[in-house]
Amino acid sequence: MSNYGNGKRKPVNEEEDDEDDDGNERDTEAWEKAYADERSWESLQEDESGLLRPIDNQALHHAQYRRRLRSLSSASAASRIQKGLIRYLYLVIDLSRAAGEMDLRPSRMVVVAKQVEAFVREFFDQNPLSQIGLVVIKDGVAQCLTDLGGSPESHIKALMGKLGCSGEASLQNALELVHEQLNQIPSYGHREVIILYSALSTCDPGDVMETILKCKKSKIRCSVIGLSAELYICKYLCQETGGLYSVALDEAHLKDLILEHAPPPPAIAEFAIANLIKMGFPQRAAEGVISICSCHKEAKFGGGYICPRCKARVCELPTECRICGLTLVSSPHLARSYHHLFPVTPFDDVAPSLAPNQHRRPKNCFGCQHSLLNPGNIPVHCVTCPKCKQFFCLDCDIYIHESLHNCPGCESLRDSKSVD
Amino acid sequence: MTPVSSKQYADDVSLLMVLIDTNPLFWSSSAAPLSFSKFLSQVLSFLNSILLLNQLNQVMVIATGLNSCDYIYDSSKGPTSQRVESLLQKLEEFVVKDEELNKDDSVDGIGSSLLSGSLSMALCSIQRIFRSGSLHPQPRILCMHGSQDGPGQYVAIMNSIFSAQRSMVPIDSCVIGSQHSAFLQQASYITGGVYLKPQHLDGLFQYLTTVFATDLHSRSFLQLPKPVGVDFRASCFCHKNTIDMGYICSVCLSIFCKHHKKCSTCGSAFGQPQTVSTSNQKRKAP
Ligand SMILES: [Zn+2]
Ligand SMILES: [Zn+2]
Ligand SMILES: [Zn+2]
Ligand SMILES: [Zn+2]
Repeated sequence: MSNYGNGKRKPVNEEEDDEDDDGNERDTEAWEKAYADERSWESLQEDESGLLRPIDNQALHHAQYRRRLRSLSSASAASRIQKGLIRYLYLVIDLSRAAGEMDLRPSRMVVVAKQVEAFVREFFDQNPLSQIGLVVIKDGVAQCLTDLGGSPESHIKALMGKLGCSGEASLQNALELVHEQLNQIPSYGHREVIILYSALSTCDPGDVMETILKCKKSKIRCSVIGLSAELYICKYLCQETGGLYSVALDEAHLKDLILEHAPPPPAIAEFAIANLIKMGFPQRAAEGVISICSCHKEAKFGGGYICPRCKARVCELPTECRICGLTLVSSPHLARSYHHLFPVTPFDDVAPSLAPNQHRRPKNCFGCQHSLLNPGNIPVHCVTCPKCKQFFCLDCDIYIHESLHNCPGCESLRDSKSVD
Repeated sequence: MTPVSSKQYADDVSLLMVLIDTNPLFWSSSAAPLSFSKFLSQVLSFLNSILLLNQLNQVMVIATGLNSCDYIYDSSKGPTSQRVESLLQKLEEFVVKDEELNKDDSVDGIGSSLLSGSLSMALCSIQRIFRSGSLHPQPRILCMHGSQDGPGQYVAIMNSIFSAQRSMVPIDSCVIGSQHSAFLQQASYITGGVYLKPQHLDGLFQYLTTVFATDLHSRSFLQLPKPVGVDFRASCFCHKNTIDMGYICSVCLSIFCKHHKKCSTCGSAFGQPQTVSTSNQKRKAP
């Protein structure tokens, strides 16, 4: 560093050059900004003797994941197998003037759009039979960007094409619009709204309290993720309708908060009426056959699926037959949701002090064969499955519960088959 | 073993995870078109040729038994000149242990081996390879399977398939039994792997080297077997019949072939059947 003590002179440094053009923040020095932006002190922690040490990210990450897993499993134990698997969700994105703020880089709306894109993909991966619609708030009015639908690409394309902010935000207009749309969905569907709210005020044509009451009566679960500060009206809305209210601290936190909504929420019995839904499982059309597809209204060569009821051809699954209205899915679409119903039991911690020969502790992780001993033959922190009693490393623990949804140990035992 | 950083990983370096079906009931039945020893000798030659194709290639073998699954070979462990034949001893130990675990003889037919277990183990190992840094061999899974599908493994196998799809690991299948495997057809179709049921198993080695030996990068230049008619129809939970139209429980997504009053999986009580289509919603012109 060559620039300390140089008073007002701007340092010549490539990475700070482009930030000089920000304009409105002239009063902070470039070197101050470097500290303010990176927040390097946040990656330090104090140990027992008061020395500063970098945070042990892996242990922290694992502890965080365990906490989430425990809270999830206790929640699902209370509500048993019931989950809201068929969801009708409206994502409301605030594109008022406040969304142009640059406290998140490059601006709130760009960051929000990026996270919404990730969320929409994750949502359809976890909830294949559910639908999403997009609503934006701008210039004091709410506008439907996309209707409820099951294709992630069309939502993402529509949002990216409409990115620009102006005017005031109106919570009431958004809720009224969503309420009207969600009132048309079938009674077994779970109605949800997630609002990504940047503004610190709402500019409403009438009494927003009445609208909140209407949403509550229609059993619409409203959640709000704030981007600036906590607002009473948002908190009230979430409390009344059983949703979650949170305010994002930074981009990573915003991502966590949005993705929290991807897995299906515990179903509240009275919120949706259980029903049997008639569905068709179409077979793939034979290769090399020319047929007119009912979705694009043009002749297509090969591929596609045939509706089992009316024999019309559709291009993609899941969809609704354009001719007879039957919902068409494939069995893998349903199977994507089954892990929500049969979750892997959380693994128990094994004290690292336990000697390897005691407790018949194996030398390797059952999943990946990685050694459970440190170089000095010191046992590392590991976990064990309460059902099959196999030992796993921490990495496998996270992978098994977050992505695989199978315990390799239980799956490698014939006896456990009868349990599931 | 040399540290990873000093290795030069190109896009043609492979990690091949081979899952071998060791179900003794299958290999001793009439459904097996060749003897287990003949099968093994062809597979061993194939695996040795994979290791010779590129000195950085890695092969791991997992035995899929009737009562257990275990790793029996890893080319990255032990001396570098070690050939795949060294797995024979571990395989023998595994088969003996697997047989001891067999408590009841009430398995009807040839039984199904624990494919869901060996797939899950293979995926855990592959995740470790992904975590090892940005330079790693390209992993793929090859299932050499003969036993019939076990209906009880359906959910677990589908979970493994989706996890493999998310991490872009193709699952190749080489079916040795007399029947097609619906599980493996779906696995290969969803993950973009190759599904093959060889006609003449005397020439298994030829099939293996021409179809499954190429690395993932070079595959795009080859004319590999295309999937013919993957059956995506579901089977109902009540009779295990394959159906093309049925009723789905809106709470737990269980599949039934006819209308019930109560869901046998989650216990919800139902009203009248209904289609997802909302007739009051106007149908828009495109
Ligand atoms: Zn139809
Ligand atoms: Zn592991
Ligand atoms: Zn287990
Ligand atoms: Zn049910």
